[in-house]
Amino acid sequence: MFKYTFLTKILFYMEKSMRKAFFILMVLLSVFLATGCTDTEQQPDTTTITEPDTTTTAQSETSKLIVSTTTSLEDTGLLEEIEAAFEDKYPGVDVLVISGGTGIAIQYGERGDADILLTHDKSREEEFVNNGFGTNRTEIAYNYFWIVGPENDPAGINGLNATEAFTRIMEEGQNDSDQVKFASRGDDSGTHAREKKIWESTGVSYGEINSSGEWYIESGRGMGETLLLSNEQNAYTLTDSGTFLAYTNEGRIQIVPIVTAGDELLNVYAAMPVNPEKHPNVNYEGAQNFVDFLVSSEGQEIIGNFGREQYGEPLFTPISEGLPS
Amino acid sequence: MNEIILAIFQAIELIVELDPKLIQITKLSLYISLTATLIGSLISIPIGGMIYYYEFWGKRTIINLIQTLYSVPTVLVGLFLFLLISQQGPFGFLKLLFTPTGMIIGQVLLILPLLIGFTITALVGVSTQIKELAISLGASTYQTIITIIKEARYAIMSAVILGFGRAISEVGVAILIGGNIRGFTRTFTTAISLETSRGNLVLSIALGFILLSLSLIINFLLNYLQGKD
Repeated sequence: MFKYTFLTKILFYMEKSMRKAFFILMVLLSVFLATGCTDTEQQPDTTTITEPDTTTTAQSETSKLIVSTTTSLEDTGLLEEIEAAFEDKYPGVDVLVISGGTGIAIQYGERGDADILLTHDKSREEEFVNNGFGTNRTEIAYNYFWIVGPENDPAGINGLNATEAFTRIMEEGQNDSDQVKFASRGDDSGTHAREKKIWESTGVSYGEINSSGEWYIESGRGMGETLLLSNEQNAYTLTDSGTFLAYTNEGRIQIVPIVTAGDELLNVYAAMPVNPEKHPNVNYEGAQNFVDFLVSSEGQEIIGNFGREQYGEPLFTPISEGLPS
Repeated sequence: MNEIILAIFQAIELIVELDPKLIQITKLSLYISLTATLIGSLISIPIGGMIYYYEFWGKRTIINLIQTLYSVPTVLVGLFLFLLISQQGPFGFLKLLFTPTGMIIGQVLLILPLLIGFTITALVGVSTQIKELAISLGASTYQTIITIIKEARYAIMSAVILGFGRAISEVGVAILIGGNIRGFTRTFTTAISLETSRGNLVLSIALGFILLSLSLIINFLLNYLQGKD
């Protein structure tokens, strides 16, 4: 009856001592599995507590607050720090962060799957609030989008403003797509939306840009992958400063920031609680508390200091310092 | 290439240090994928047995359909389930989105066709004489199916291992249904894709190595159990 499969055959030929080690490993694993399962089995308890009717009545119980956000806030690690401070203050709230592009983040809000949005695309955010999906829009912080590219700046955009720089890249790229390229996120994210807006300001429609030749590369991926792509291809790209600094810090990319200031590149992050009238299930109270915390002096201080240690400069400017005029 | 070596060291470091985040990711990944494989097997093996046993109109088509679903993209399964359990969907009231339970359901759906299909293939591999012998000895339908399943247990075990492999390595369901929430629904695969987008390539590869090692241990375990009887 005892049939050997390939792997048990190997096992059979193993030295006795090795077999012993293998059995110990298996015992450990099964113990680990048993504990793992009991640990995770407790999770349904916390989920049942968050049934819509109990959230308001049972203040002492844990309630979930689903924060749907853009990758730049979560990937840099800022939200992890804010979450820790917020949960210290509101021990009954369990903050769950879901990060994706602004496009999908807003989708989650519209469908009522998230309780609050933290994004950076003013026109779509205003549309979200105007359509009644969000109660209001509170700006919390800002930084700048950067146009980054190869150090030798083949299109010669240094010193130009964003629109001029984009025009130059397009002209040079159409001339010689071996030398000058532009990598786009192409994923409907907030950064991509801004890129489109700058293209439109050059007087050429985005559709035309998109199909005007090999110089324009669409990555269809997140900021990190797009930075890696432009680094590989010696291409220019538009990036949020936070993700760029994180990548440079790792020594992963050699492209450098070239155009880093100007109104067109201003990148404002805003918070929007999902409207409970549209989606009665959402944790509106938690969302309100979260917004209040973000704009409180404590929250603003965390934002203003974040990244100082790791990158030598803060990644975000808190809104309390006022938008540049 | 240096990065691969660095990644091996980092993987060992993470394991030796018993990095708390790693432990959580490991527990969750194993809990979700093992549960999904178990539930999937409990559903698929009897269904596979029945499809094998009974002759009915359209049987060939159903088997073809099941086999086609082997190649369903994981993201598609994730998206399909997302639309069902999102607040706007028909099962939104269950509040399964962004929970480990939701992820288990997604992975079960993902591996179900594979498990059913391979069960049927495994049973077809058993000599028809055994089926006829069982029936001639007076076995009931139920007893006959059990006998054949027992006969084909090695091949069925391969199907289960394959199902587990697909479950633990998939990223589409995990990211769409789980949401990759730090400390709550982050699994190996979603952590790997996150760390890649953050530029921590070495950490990504290290996580990949750990995932592979875990799969190796589990495969050993399953094969050992199978060889025992």
